[in-house]
Amino acid sequence: MAEGYVRKDGRKNDELRSPIKADVGVVPNADGSAMFQIGKTIAIAAVYGPKKMHPQHSQDPEKGTLRCTYNMNSFSVEDRIRPGPSRRSTEISKITEWALNPVVMLEKYPNEVVDVHINIIQADAGTRCAGINAAAMALADAGIPMKELVSSISVGKMDKTLVLDLDKFEDSEFEDGEGSTDIPITFTHSGEITHIQLDGKISSEQLKEVVEMAKGACDKIYEIQKEALKKSLMAGEGEK
Amino acid sequence: MSERKIVIPGEVIVSGSEYLPGEWTEKKGEEIIANRFGLAEEQDRLVKIIPISGAYQPRRGNVVIGEVVNMLSNGWFLDIDTPENAFLSLSEVPRYVNRGELNEVMDMHEIVVAKIFNIGKRGIDMTIRGHGLGKIEGGMIIKVNSNKVPRIIGKEGSMINLIKENTNCNITVGQNGIIWIKGDKVEDELHAKRAIEFITENFFKEGLTEKVKEWFGGNKE
Amino acid sequence: MDTGKLNADKIKQSLAEGKRFDGRKPEEFRKLIIEKNVSKKAEGSVRVRLGKTEVIVGVKMAVGTPYEDSANQGNLMVTAELLPLSSPRIELGKPGFSAIEVGRVVDRGIRESKLIDLEKLCIKEGEKVWTVFVDIYSINDDGNLLDAAGIGALAALKIAKVPKYDEENGKILYGEADRDLPLNDVNPIPVTVHKIGGFLIVDPTLEEEDVSETRVTIGGSEETISSMQKSESASLTREELEKAVEIAKGQWGELFKKVEKLI
Repeated sequence: MAEGYVRKDGRKNDELRSPIKADVGVVPNADGSAMFQIGKTIAIAAVYGPKKMHPQHSQDPEKGTLRCTYNMNSFSVEDRIRPGPSRRSTEISKITEWALNPVVMLEKYPNEVVDVHINIIQADAGTRCAGINAAAMALADAGIPMKELVSSISVGKMDKTLVLDLDKFEDSEFEDGEGSTDIPITFTHSGEITHIQLDGKISSEQLKEVVEMAKGACDKIYEIQKEALKKSLMAGEGEK
Repeated sequence: MSERKIVIPGEVIVSGSEYLPGEWTEKKGEEIIANRFGLAEEQDRLVKIIPISGAYQPRRGNVVIGEVVNMLSNGWFLDIDTPENAFLSLSEVPRYVNRGELNEVMDMHEIVVAKIFNIGKRGIDMTIRGHGLGKIEGGMIIKVNSNKVPRIIGKEGSMINLIKENTNCNITVGQNGIIWIKGDKVEDELHAKRAIEFITENFFKEGLTEKVKEWFGGNKE
Repeated sequence: MDTGKLNADKIKQSLAEGKRFDGRKPEEFRKLIIEKNVSKKAEGSVRVRLGKTEVIVGVKMAVGTPYEDSANQGNLMVTAELLPLSSPRIELGKPGFSAIEVGRVVDRGIRESKLIDLEKLCIKEGEKVWTVFVDIYSINDDGNLLDAAGIGALAALKIAKVPKYDEENGKILYGEADRDLPLNDVNPIPVTVHKIGGFLIVDPTLEEEDVSETRVTIGGSEETISSMQKSESASLTREELEKAVEIAKGQWGELFKKVEKLI
């Protein structure tokens, strides 16, 4: 791994931001819900379902459908985003669905739908990953049958250096050398990749390192998700 | 496996060729793996998960409480809090009903205690032939997560009887999490409602029956 | 199954005895919790909890051109979004509040009370002024989103700061606070009064909201009413309207105390 890039916030190259916080049951009305925070990025997810799917023609007679929406609050970023869907949020909604689909088991729910709604409260890069992490917990919290959880993180290449968990500066403002390459990845706990995107340039050798780094980080995130789920039962507060 | 434990999807519950995968689990090699967030328990080598959250799973024989949301000439559709409404046919009412006078027996938005007698491809079939089944009037309806119903009823009804005695109310707990409370005074009904809320909030705590007894002790209105 | 309508008679019976299901008196608000700076890229942001109802409100500022008829004044825009994550009803389009109503009622309360000193938000008359955006998001709907939104908007504006503006380069230096948002000394808070079976209550839970026959939102502070809106179809007698106004006035002070603690 090439040296050279030193992180502005003093983190090591393979260090995740802090704090990392997760909380389950944050939206009482939902069948399942969770909050995931990493550094300054905060996402919440709420799950409703399984329930009847409308419109009827969208129903799948073989199994239930997973439907995701991703939305950023207007004030979650520096330059206000006009409320309402955008092309980016529509794309991320679909990516999120694809990242979660491989682990949800909806065969028992033909013609039904499970809705996952993600909302970004504060954005400092890595929002889609935070959303996926929150969504995975929310789905489990809602009692949706799942093979296992998924965990998501972004790996970046700053010029030639690989770093874990990009913050806003690294994601959008770094332009030295080869610039920044952003690679969000989602892993199942058992090591399969359900989502990967890449914006920039990288060699296939470095890509292998990227995937390795990401799995390590996802393992850490998994522990936090698991703890949050288990703790939510002991808290004994509130009613779903 | 001696004690129940909380597991998340994907977690290995136990390992060993002698174990069998029960509800919400699967077997991979020697491992029994959880497929749902809940309480894993083992009995006679069968490992299953008791769900503590999530949608109501209708089962044959369940007695539930539903609301009439539609009527056809041959029966009523009931909302029993499942994605598909359940159907109560004319023929499952213990008295003769003329087509065309369905609404005199049960009208839109009335509440009924009914039993699921069949779940098939066409949907859920209900009956009100049987003791304790039929239309209910008055009282108060509350909704809880269906997974908490066993705790609210308690072993052999111990918990629900505790509430009935302390509030002087008649209480019918539907397996679908819909509960009907009927007392002589609104106060008593509200008292029972709060007792049930207390149980759902402390669902996971040890010695809940004792806690509920204490709660009543200090809360006599 | 929505229990509100099923329990309508019980709710009214209970009110006849001066009680509500959760033990509150008709004129009692649920526990109000306000947290500030929950979204740090906003110029000001709060999370408001009224019982289980939760909203998040954020203030953002941008520089733009003034309207022709207010060339020396900044602009205000209030938007509300009822997020599908806050309730299973939103997607079904069930009746209740609409986001537009929440936005407009809260806007009216802020605008008519002249809370914001819009003239102090003028950078260059006729050319450049600040626009204040107040964006409201519902996070959990257990009734009375409107009042929660109004309280949130007031609180967020009270703690908001105007960012530095680099006039030469026309750049806003977000994150660098220049001054407090210029506000006048008024505290408009909306209180919505509902009529159920002839009884008037405030701060309904979702169940109570479902059986509400009509409602009137009265915004103001101290002795001055600055906004009013009656919604839904049943009517109010004159006595009921007067009583509603008295109830609202009685609540403004209490609710504002909570907002004050934040600042």
